[in-house]
Amino acid sequence: MTSTTPRKKLTTSAMIASFADPGQRTTSAPFGHALNRLAEERPEIVGLSADLAKYTDMHVFRDAHPDRFFQMGMAEQSLLGAAAGMAEVGLVPFASTYSVFATRRAYDFLCLDIAEPNLNVNVVGGLPGLTTGYGPSHQATEDLAILRGCPNLTIVDPCDSVDIEQAVPALADAPGPTYLRLLRGAVPTVLDEYDYRFQLGKAAELRAGRDVVLISTGLMTMRALQAAARLEADSVDVAVLHVPTIKPLDTEAILRAARTDRLVVTLENHTVVGGLAESVASTLAFAGVGTRVVPIALPDEFLAAGALPTLHDRYGLSTDAVIAKVKAELGGGTHAPWAADPDPATA
Amino acid sequence: MNAPTSPAVSNPAGTADRAERITRIREAAYRIRRNALDMGEVQGQGYIGQALGVADVLAVVYTDQLRYRPEDPHWPDRDRFLLSIGHYAIALYAALAEAGTIPLEELETYGSDDSRLPMSAMASYTPGVEISGGSLGHGLPVATGMALGLRHQGNSARVFNLLSDGELDEGSTWEAAMACAHHGLDNVTAIVDVNALQADGPTAGVLRTEPVTDKWQAFGWHALRVDGNDVAALVDALDELRAHRGSPSVLICDTRIGRGVPLLETREKAHFMSVAEHEWQTARTQLEEGLAR
Repeated sequence: MTSTTPRKKLTTSAMIASFADPGQRTTSAPFGHALNRLAEERPEIVGLSADLAKYTDMHVFRDAHPDRFFQMGMAEQSLLGAAAGMAEVGLVPFASTYSVFATRRAYDFLCLDIAEPNLNVNVVGGLPGLTTGYGPSHQATEDLAILRGCPNLTIVDPCDSVDIEQAVPALADAPGPTYLRLLRGAVPTVLDEYDYRFQLGKAAELRAGRDVVLISTGLMTMRALQAAARLEADSVDVAVLHVPTIKPLDTEAILRAARTDRLVVTLENHTVVGGLAESVASTLAFAGVGTRVVPIALPDEFLAAGALPTLHDRYGLSTDAVIAKVKAELGGGTHAPWAADPDPATA
Repeated sequence: MNAPTSPAVSNPAGTADRAERITRIREAAYRIRRNALDMGEVQGQGYIGQALGVADVLAVVYTDQLRYRPEDPHWPDRDRFLLSIGHYAIALYAALAEAGTIPLEELETYGSDDSRLPMSAMASYTPGVEISGGSLGHGLPVATGMALGLRHQGNSARVFNLLSDGELDEGSTWEAAMACAHHGLDNVTAIVDVNALQADGPTAGVLRTEPVTDKWQAFGWHALRVDGNDVAALVDALDELRAHRGSPSVLICDTRIGRGVPLLETREKAHFMSVAEHEWQTARTQLEEGLAR
């Protein structure tokens, strides 16, 4: 080694990593501030956390409304059970923890205490999908797969600070239980550049395009928009349909977008099992639409620890990876989605 | 509002003659047991042993302690009684019929298709049932939230949670026990039915929970332990807990499976007790003889 220029070393950056690109516009703690604004209008709004207020932007609410914040300690079953009890007496709780704990650890409480009685409890899960380099203990790569089967539950995967700010009052207005995939800290601000408003249960076409349609949810909508802009420079015309509500799914908008000869690609910050890709695929199959769906999602495996940009690249979520995938699909011609493509059965 | 209210409101504890009060509760306990036997006969089996064991506790709670309006099960100022042990539904329905919240004649539908009285208690089915129990370890966490919420709202209603000694195996019970103590929820009263039996056998052999009283005290609770089939002891203990301030209270009740029906008291202890068709009438007769004694 003769070079004296130090190489920038990418690190795990632990739990406080932001997935914002360098220089990207961001908004600080949009969830906490949105909850504060809502709380000023609605006295029945309360907040709870399981020793993670500081790491789920709930501290913003706690500091502004200390009498309406309830610390439950590092006890997620008790957190969700207590949130249910508060809703039973007429309060509207927002209960925050990490997604892995809300789903894997306390699912029985979310299911039976909150969803079965159809209570207005809003569960807020931090670090959804691959938004930390901390490894499988904190990467909620299968939270949508766990929760989509839960009756009554509304599931929202926001793209950015705009989505979060508009979703919070909508979630409180929805009479039943909800789960929000929280983006916290310095959250990218993207959707204000589009003619867009968050509507619970509705997908939104953010841009039109003749060659490809990207059906995306969560932070992957940000990547889809970046990819679409760059592909435009290569004369590839790309539409983006943003699907912030995973359940109930806007099947009408999805069918409208996918009944097409365009390349249909889904993008999600979640395992390929049980999330957006399979929701879209089943929507098409149930409607008798034979369009092929190309999934961009995390692999069905426990992911590595490391720096987020490295991991997003490795697992195919970075904008570069999205563009490469779309180009390969457009140019390849001989795609083989399944290793074996058996002959059809005959009578 | 002039809706009828339960004895705890219309006749506050301590104002009635004590002997008369205890006699009244014992008679209610008899009717709760009788209701449970009638329901057990419909299904030919069930958690009848537990129902008979816990009947005295429910009689004291529903006819002497709890504040509620039978005609208005959603009255915001009611005391909440949570049945964490959903499989004790047969006992709760028997008590709710005694309380006047559900009609006596409806008990015969217990466990039948389209009945409001399913085998495991669910809030969405039955008036007066506050939560859907059954998955154990849920009652105390929900009670914690209700109690925090009621206190936040300035509502003086109390929250009771009936759990079992087997349910002390569940970690969530202890998560909530810590939370109640941490938040000083003196509007919470837990009642632990220690029948010393769980699904796989005696509690002492499945997973030892004793010393139960010490555990609750160590978690910061005001704990009393009584014979859960002694009405007078239950009344005195619950009166004391009602007056206690500053921390949550727990009443640990040692109960006997099948209590009140010698035929079932002496039978080999089983979590899910089978009773032969011809035995139901014998059981009712034995129960009646017990009341007369």
